[in-house]
Amino acid sequence: MPVAKAESLFADLVIMDADPSGDAVALEKLAIWALRLYSPIVATDPPDGLVLDIQGAAHLHGGEAGLISDVIARLADLGITAYAALADTWGAAHALARFSCQTTRIVEPGGQADALLKLPIAALRLPAEMTPDLLLLGLDTIGELAAKPRAPLTQSFGPKLFRRVDQAFGRLAEPIEPVESPALISVQRIFAEPIGAPETLEKYTRRLTDAICDRMEEAGLGSRRLDLHYTRVDNRIETIFVATAKPVRDPKRLGRLLCDKIETVDPGFGIDKMTLTAAFVEPLVPKQIGAQYSAPPRPDVEELWDTITNRYGRECLYRAVSVATDIPERAVKRASPTSTEVGSKRNAGYRRPQRIYRRPEPILTLAALPDHPPRAFTWRGQRYSVLCSDGPERVRGEWWRNDNEKGKVRDYFILEVDNGERFWAFRAGDGQHEGTGSLNWYLHGKFD
Amino acid sequence: MPPADAAVISDLRQRIEGIGGIAARTKTVLPFGVPGIDRRLPKGGLALGALHEVAGGANGAVDGAAAASFAAGIAARTGGKVLWCYTQADLFAPALAQSGLAEEQVVFFEAKDEASILGCFEEALRHGGLSAVVAELAGLSRVSSHRLQLAAETSGTMGLAVRRWRRHVDARDFGNPTAAFTRWRVTELNSAPLPVRGVGRARWQLELMRCRGGESADFEVEACDAQGFIALSSDLADRSAATEAWRHRAAS
Repeated sequence: MPVAKAESLFADLVIMDADPSGDAVALEKLAIWALRLYSPIVATDPPDGLVLDIQGAAHLHGGEAGLISDVIARLADLGITAYAALADTWGAAHALARFSCQTTRIVEPGGQADALLKLPIAALRLPAEMTPDLLLLGLDTIGELAAKPRAPLTQSFGPKLFRRVDQAFGRLAEPIEPVESPALISVQRIFAEPIGAPETLEKYTRRLTDAICDRMEEAGLGSRRLDLHYTRVDNRIETIFVATAKPVRDPKRLGRLLCDKIETVDPGFGIDKMTLTAAFVEPLVPKQIGAQYSAPPRPDVEELWDTITNRYGRECLYRAVSVATDIPERAVKRASPTSTEVGSKRNAGYRRPQRIYRRPEPILTLAALPDHPPRAFTWRGQRYSVLCSDGPERVRGEWWRNDNEKGKVRDYFILEVDNGERFWAFRAGDGQHEGTGSLNWYLHGKFD
Repeated sequence: MPPADAAVISDLRQRIEGIGGIAARTKTVLPFGVPGIDRRLPKGGLALGALHEVAGGANGAVDGAAAASFAAGIAARTGGKVLWCYTQADLFAPALAQSGLAEEQVVFFEAKDEASILGCFEEALRHGGLSAVVAELAGLSRVSSHRLQLAAETSGTMGLAVRRWRRHVDARDFGNPTAAFTRWRVTELNSAPLPVRGVGRARWQLELMRCRGGESADFEVEACDAQGFIALSSDLADRSAATEAWRHRAAS
């Protein structure tokens, strides 16, 4: 359609020059975006499509339907109107996304044959000059084309015609050549003879680490996470990864962290390919080393934290930071070992027990109301008589957290018993009003 | 002892230490600041690059409260970062600050089992970036304690094993020998009565049960203060200010 005709049909038509190369670059960027979010295998389907192999990745986004609606919603946020279809084959998904007149379409496994029959042959990704010729022969839909005898048509149109049909129906495999994220630094080593001995694995792991550290140094980057894939001869991939708290590119340190995990790798009949990838990188500038006039400084503890968290898990290593609350159960929160958070000093002046019981343990007491400490108590079948005591320290429920704590009170006492042990006990309630607690006594901790 | 003999004996001591492979790191010590205790320890304090064992007496063998406090006081005075490993999650972190171990100084490691505690303990001792590592353990075999001791020697980091058991009967294990430099037992005592209502500063019966190159001894001490120092307790209950005077006399 000429521009003049289009302008006459729409009053406020915006006219831009076509920019195919710019579109291709933008499509490539979109493919990398999808690669990071949805699936490890993503390719561009020029001029206007993306193809994602979501085998084994759909459950991460709430199943197939969840993934499709997520893709559409996120693209809409970016200002892109998109149509999506999900089918067993690339050909079928390509055709249905463009010609099924629905925003999203999911075809059951094996159902692509029925879904494709009614669609026009333009959906088949055929070369542009082939479609008008087929239309001239009176072949409008894929169903009609598929029903024709193959030999005469192949003779006049070449083998590509029915290859596309077979690919769409899933009779022929069609590999996807995935895009690679350009920012990813990756090194690889292929072995002529498969390797399997732990010492050999360790040797080549260190060599790959050296290589990737050189590459990162050129780029001025340090890795936060390294992924190492061992491809076995039976095509299974064994993966190990190490994460660090700060960007690192010391080959010795990274090599040690990786070699720590080699024992979890099952080499099977042998490993013929190793790929080491820096999955997360951050800028790392070279640091000036200090002059060695004084005593050598202690080694960096962050290295130790990395070793421990990579071996035993991230959540087991923490710093305890005091919280501004009176309730002992909530007095501490966990922070990462490298954090510099400063805790609250609210209760720093009060004596606190070394040990605290996860659940306060009920005790039988002999105590005068309203606010006297017990004279004796029985705990775990043993009777203790109290020599001296300190308290009460009143702790009120945090009514802004939940309704059950509203108006509730605990009175804490330090009790020293006849054999010298010191306990932290409390009475639920203020001793006068039933609404403030059950008036039962509990042990909550043990002093040094 | 004539001075000539003393010189010979000290020379012999040094040669024995050389044969035993005790590295130069263990030569630096951390004194308690209490002359009565430091005098009993070789070189006048706890060796820095070494493993030390602490356990609670009586019920303390199970709860380990006083032992943890004693270890925290020592770890705090080493001055650097401290790693604290445990399996039973009943340690109340704010209380460590009362024994001198500041919140910023300590990092906790919560382990699923004792094997990972031993692994982490050794790794941390060997690394050398920390000034002390505290681990709450039940079992400590001779072999593993030897590994820990060697790791501590190479780096100069102090290792403190706080022994605590799930049941009282298991505490018999504390009689078995290990490669630790010293072995302590801390038992709670009644605090000195105050002239007013209240509970005074905690007091402990501190037993030095085993000491390499020294003899065992008993002390009655007051618990760690906010700088991690213990003090010899005053026998005169109503005159707690006299502690200082007693300390000076003991030192002279």
